[in-house]
Amino acid sequence: MAETAEHSPEEFKKHLGKYYVVFVALLCLTAITVGVSYLHLNRPLAITVALIIATVKAGMVAGVFMHLISEKKVIYAVLILTAAFFLLVLLLPSFTIFESVAV
Amino acid sequence: MAAHPADALIPHTVEPHPVTGIPNGKFGIWLFLASEVMLFGALFSSYVLIRTQAPHWPPEGGLSSEILNVPLATVNTAVLITSSITMVLAWASCKMGRIDRFRLWMGGTVALAFVFLVIKYFEYTHKFHDGHFPSTNNFYAIYFTLTGLHGLHVIGGIIVNTFLLTKGTWLWKVDREHFTNRVENAGLYWHFVDLVWIFLFPSLYLL
Repeated sequence: MAETAEHSPEEFKKHLGKYYVVFVALLCLTAITVGVSYLHLNRPLAITVALIIATVKAGMVAGVFMHLISEKKVIYAVLILTAAFFLLVLLLPSFTIFESVAV
Repeated sequence: MAAHPADALIPHTVEPHPVTGIPNGKFGIWLFLASEVMLFGALFSSYVLIRTQAPHWPPEGGLSSEILNVPLATVNTAVLITSSITMVLAWASCKMGRIDRFRLWMGGTVALAFVFLVIKYFEYTHKFHDGHFPSTNNFYAIYFTLTGLHGLHVIGGIIVNTFLLTKGTWLWKVDREHFTNRVENAGLYWHFVDLVWIFLFPSLYLL
């Protein structure tokens, strides 16, 4: 968090509010995701809703708690590369499925 | 800046590296987290493959939420989220020069990590008592592998955070900024452990 490094302790204290906001939001979203699961939506819809909520929560943790919002380019570069390889790993097994169908 | 043993080992502990623009420790922890994404990502991808190819999920019938203990896992989610904010506040206390507050918040973080493990222990022993093991079926194999690996990461976090809370505070007396950066890096790891759970909880327990 480079931009607050030069701030005095008093100024820094003003930045703490956003952490509490994210904390409460994370707890609320946890309650929502559990609540939605009791509605017994059909599976594709349930998976979509749960994964959207999880992604929003993960975005808040990474963006605010891990300061990714105000991070240096080099870290974004590392994460974009990682995301690409993760998608590859996620999609790679589908080729084995096609192969087994062909045989 | 006062010279201390750590300076001889790793350069750019406080000053940003001219190429990356960040201290080396922070760059290192992000590279480590990238490798962690791949570790959990590969297992998660296996889970997706096994699950989409299974005629029924869970194989024994019913719903994941009926087989696993959702209330306990919900409490555990709240415990980890709370431990994430106490971790941020521990780092923020260092930033504000309050080592006493740091001890309080970091102590809370470690305590919450133990609470998480105790709850997980109850979940596991209950499953074992009912005769459900990783070898029972694919559902339990995936459940125990993913939550077990995550649990090991929680133990790793406890070790690092306890070090910073006890013996590791020597650095605060020598170089406050360097110590604060260590707390930040431990925090990045800890938030990642929370982040993994945020995905594991719905995908294993609720769906």
